Amino acid sequence: MTHSPPIRPTDTAAAAPAPKLSLRGVCKSFGSTVVLDGIDLDVGHGDVITLIGASGSGKSTLLRCVNLLEPTDDGAVYLDGVDIAEPGLDPDPIRRRIGMVFQNFNLFPHMSVVDNVAIGPRKVLGVAKSRARHDGLELLTRLGLADRADAYPDQLSGGQQQRVAIARSLAMNPEVMLLDEITSALDPELVGEVLDVIRGLKAEGMTMLFATHEMAFAREISDRVCFLHQGRILEEGPPSRIFESPTEPRTQAFLQRVIDAGRL
Amino acid sequence: MSDRPTRRERYERARRRRSVVIATISTVVVVAALIVLIPRTPGWERVRQAFFDGDVFVETFPGLLSAFWLDVKILVWSTPLILVVSLLVALARNTRSPALFPLRAFAVIYTDVLRGIPVILLVFLIGFGVPALGLSRTWANPVIWGTVTLVLSYSAYTAEIIRAGIDAVHESQRAGARSLGMTSGQTMRSVVLPQAFRKIVPPMMNTFVSLQKDVALVSLIGPVEILRQAGIDKATYANFTPYVAASLIFLAMTIPCTRLADWALARQRARTGATTIA
Repeated sequence: MTHSPPIRPTDTAAAAPAPKLSLRGVCKSFGSTVVLDGIDLDVGHGDVITLIGASGSGKSTLLRCVNLLEPTDDGAVYLDGVDIAEPGLDPDPIRRRIGMVFQNFNLFPHMSVVDNVAIGPRKVLGVAKSRARHDGLELLTRLGLADRADAYPDQLSGGQQQRVAIARSLAMNPEVMLLDEITSALDPELVGEVLDVIRGLKAEGMTMLFATHEMAFAREISDRVCFLHQGRILEEGPPSRIFESPTEPRTQAFLQRVIDAGRL
Repeated sequence: MSDRPTRRERYERARRRRSVVIATISTVVVVAALIVLIPRTPGWERVRQAFFDGDVFVETFPGLLSAFWLDVKILVWSTPLILVVSLLVALARNTRSPALFPLRAFAVIYTDVLRGIPVILLVFLIGFGVPALGLSRTWANPVIWGTVTLVLSYSAYTAEIIRAGIDAVHESQRAGARSLGMTSGQTMRSVVLPQAFRKIVPPMMNTFVSLQKDVALVSLIGPVEILRQAGIDKATYANFTPYVAASLIFLAMTIPCTRLADWALARQRARTGATTIA
């Protein structure tokens, strides 16, 4: 299987700026299971793109492929026009430019909250310990967590833990944030505090790729919504169109199930 | 809230009182049975004289204690060496680079071979074999080669414990660290190993207690440490009491160590963790 390089229609190429992130024909299989089956996607500077779709549709794998936590089988992932999915490339310098927040937080349980936030800058960017702590505290204050700085992750609520995880990611000053179902492990009343942080990030112009089941939020915050089904993007467009008049029968069926479950 | 105890507190207090009563009764019954029954066995009088002779105990104890100093010295030398060697072996087994294949293979062979040979045989093989190479006087010392044997053998076991601890740290922790751009080395050092070591404190302490006792095996190649001293005393007095005395000396070291480890672990949990389920 071969994939063409990113081809943009010549008429828009002149006008539109190059996308921050673009995926071309990204494929990924686990054994004989095809998880991503040729994904094409462009994410512009400051765009918030949400990925919706049933469990197992490939949303998480797509994010993990962008962050190189999973090697792609085929296709290309361009970050500022440079293919970062090229096999053999050192992933570490790329990952520090891309922040990732996980469904289950993945905080380091043996470190205090502020150490969790400071460890990236300290180890990866070589920031001095006191400086990293100072910056970390500032970030935690911004996210309303200053009083929890010296607590350990297990002593926090889920919502607080997820906000710490976002702070840990932001501490690296990422150019793009990947958010992998970041509210799925939270109690309903804790979802809001995490989504507020994401609203704040959008207001600051952060480029985000967001896999979520929070349809109402997706509708509110997205510049574009992508519906994934069996490893393909079946439908893509502005949230108003995807949620109000989806053309794909499978998108319609998915949204109907979401409505039936009382989630939209 | 009033000062009146809650329903739960009243229940727990009653239950605690009941537990204390039951534990006391059952302990008294068991101890009484032992005190009454053991002296009635036909051989008890001979056993008492051979193993629990107060005079022999008093006379041999100081000698045993000073001989035990050698055991402690061997232990103090071998423990940090074991930690270093076993960590290197465990990390070698975890390497991925093809250039390091020989290292990985060596680590596998090392753990397989050294865990497969009884420590007592290794003590003989290394303790008699290496000095026979014609080493200078200082290096022909059996204490050195006994210690080396313990380090080699115990490092193989400990390396496997460390490796299990590394494997027990969930993959998501590595994902969290790598997503920040940390290298695999930084991830191992700052995220995986600190968590792995907390998980393996109990088996490590178990191995350490085992090592404290196996130090006595060094006596087989000559050095007069506590086991050998007890053997000499046994022959001198024609009495087994020195062995009982030696056992007590070992217990005086091993029991506090185990308690200390449990305490350290509990403190760690209390500091970082939520409540534990009863």
